[in-house]
Parts: sequence; structure tokens; C-alpha cells
Amino acid sequence: MIQDNLIKVGMADLNVAHLTGVLKTTGLGSCVGLTLFDSTAKVAGMAHVMLPSSDIAREGTLNIAKYADTALPEMIRQMEKLGAQVRRMEAKMAGGAQMFSFGTQSETMRIGPRNVESCKAILNQYRIPLKAEDTGGNFGRTIEFNCETGLLSIRSVQHGVKEL
Amino acid sequence: MDTFRSFADFQMDVLREVGNIGAGHAATALSKLMDKPVDMLVPKVRMVPFEEVADSVGGAEAIVIAIFLRVEGETPGNLFFILTLESAKKLLKSLAGIEVVSDEGYTDMEMSALNEIGNIMAGSYLSSLADFTKLNMQPTVPSLAIDMAGAILGYGLLQFGEMGDQALLIDTKFLDGKEEVEGHFFLIPDPESFPKIFQALGVGAP
Repeated sequence: MIQDNLIKVGMADLNVAHLTGVLKTTGLGSCVGLTLFDSTAKVAGMAHVMLPSSDIAREGTLNIAKYADTALPEMIRQMEKLGAQVRRMEAKMAGGAQMFSFGTQSETMRIGPRNVESCKAILNQYRIPLKAEDTGGNFGRTIEFNCETGLLSIRSVQHGVKEL
Repeated sequence: MDTFRSFADFQMDVLREVGNIGAGHAATALSKLMDKPVDMLVPKVRMVPFEEVADSVGGAEAIVIAIFLRVEGETPGNLFFILTLESAKKLLKSLAGIEVVSDEGYTDMEMSALNEIGNIMAGSYLSSLADFTKLNMQPTVPSLAIDMAGAILGYGLLQFGEMGDQALLIDTKFLDGKEEVEGHFFLIPDPESFPKIFQALGVGAP
């Protein structure tokens, strides 16, 4: 699985690729790995979204890659620079799990599903179709997104590898 | 967030002591359970970029066993007790006489035993801390997960996520010299808990 053209996406980070390259982010729990792809321009993007909305941000300098509502516009912007067009983009996503399932009512416990909902709402605003998703559950995922094929490969401890 | 970077040395010492007290009691509990000595290292108190939080247990993709409990009360935070798969096997063997045969998943019995070990460890960590600081800290019911370290610990960083891209964590590693059982406690107090911890231990907030 080791590729020499691997482009790492850290936690609360985003990155784009053009023509070749495999974008990869590891250990998605309640975070969502959101990918965009323009198959004509062969431009791909991946964001490791940690929190649903920048409204809750209390940080000095906003890390826009961290929040669903700021990561998507930034990813689109960077992809457009490489020749992609929003109207051709398709999205895929994985993650948004509830790693620990016990009965506290706190909203933080539900952060995974909220991240997923938020990503969907924002994709909707940009009219970007969500082509495939592997979200929810109570397990972690590592994902790789191939810029040549647009295939999203998802690896988890319990369920092995699957491709979307 | 900048306030965290400017924690004075004596404040870091206090946090280190917090880790010492908690993990010390937990190590004693484990030592009693196993009927053999358990060593612990001096806790590391660090401001760590999210990316690096999982590094001390083998990286974001390393598969670990984690007992997580949320600390509620005056100083909320997240407490993780983390074991490598190898360590968990050795613990199970020495504590419960359970020989884990399969690498593919654990049986109900093994999970239950692990949960109970985690429960005892996390419980003694937290109660000694609460006694010492006279702070009201209540653990939620612990929950167990076997998964990628990044996915598990990421959950403990959410409160910090709103403030920046680094978290302050108190990492205590303990070892049982011979069998090389290695475990970690990660205490990640919520950002707003620090002034209260400092106050309770008699040092001013920054």
C-alpha cells in the first residue's frame, strides 16, 4: 500500500492533488474525511474535518481546514487554482464515527454524526453531489483518495479495506 | 490558547505532579492485581500538536486498546488508559489466566476482563486525584474500544479543537520490567480546567 506519491493530510488539515498522487489521512474517528474530485481536470482534494462549524471556534487564528463550513470553500478554492470547476466536482466522505457509545447526553458525544450532517449541508449549498459515503459506526478509518481514478479506499480494523 | 504556551515551569511541575499522583495510585492498584512490581516513568506534560498525540503509543494507525472515560465535575476533561495489543495479552494472562489465542478480535470474556482492569485503573487514577485536589471529579462509565490510536485519541482533542491545534496532555507510562507490559494514561483536561487545578493546588493561574 505504500506509494511514493502519497500526500499526507493531517488532522484538521487539507490538501489537494493534480493529475497524480494519492491523498491520505489516518485515524479518522469522529472526524470526517471529505474528498472532492473533478474527473475532467483530474484534480482532487481531501480535508480532515474535526468539528462541524466554525461558529464554536474560540481560537485566535482560525484553522479553516478544521471546520466543515470553512474547509469546503477553501478546498474548492485551492482546486480551482489547479483548473477544477465546482460544477464538475463530486464528493465522497468517510468517518464521523461515534468511537465511544455510552449514555451521556452531551452534544460532544454526537460530534461524529454532526460532522457528517454539517458536511452534507455545505456540499448541498455548493450543489456538489455526494457520490458515496462510508460514515457512522463506532470504528476508526484510514482513507486514501486516488487522484487519477477518483477511488476512495477505506481501511478499518474490523472491516478491512473497501473502495468507494 | 497562548496562555497555555506561557505556562510557567512551576505550573508544568504541578501538572506533572497531578499525573504522578493519579498514575501512582493506578500503578499500585495494578501491582496489587498482578502481585508484582509495576514501575512508572515520570509523567510527561506537553503541549502537543494534534498530529503527534498518538505518536507515544505507536502512531495514529497503531491499533490499541483504550478505556476512555469522561471526567465531569469542577475540572472536566478526558482520561484514556491505553494498552498495546501485546501488553493487553500479557495483562490478561497474568491477571486472569486468560491466554489470548486469536489475533482476530477478543472474546466477550476477554473484553469484559479488560474493561474491568481499565475500570479499576482509571477509577484509582481519578479518585486519588480528586482526593488530593479536593476537587469534585466524577468519572462517567468507562467505555472500551480497540481501534486505531488516532481515531480514539482524536476524540479526546475535541475540546482543544475549538481553541487551537495543540492539546496539553499529561502522559504517564508504566511498565512491568520483566514482561514488558506497557501502558499509558493520557489525561487531557479541558482548557477551562487548568485555572481550577492550579488554584486547588495553590499556585496562581497564568
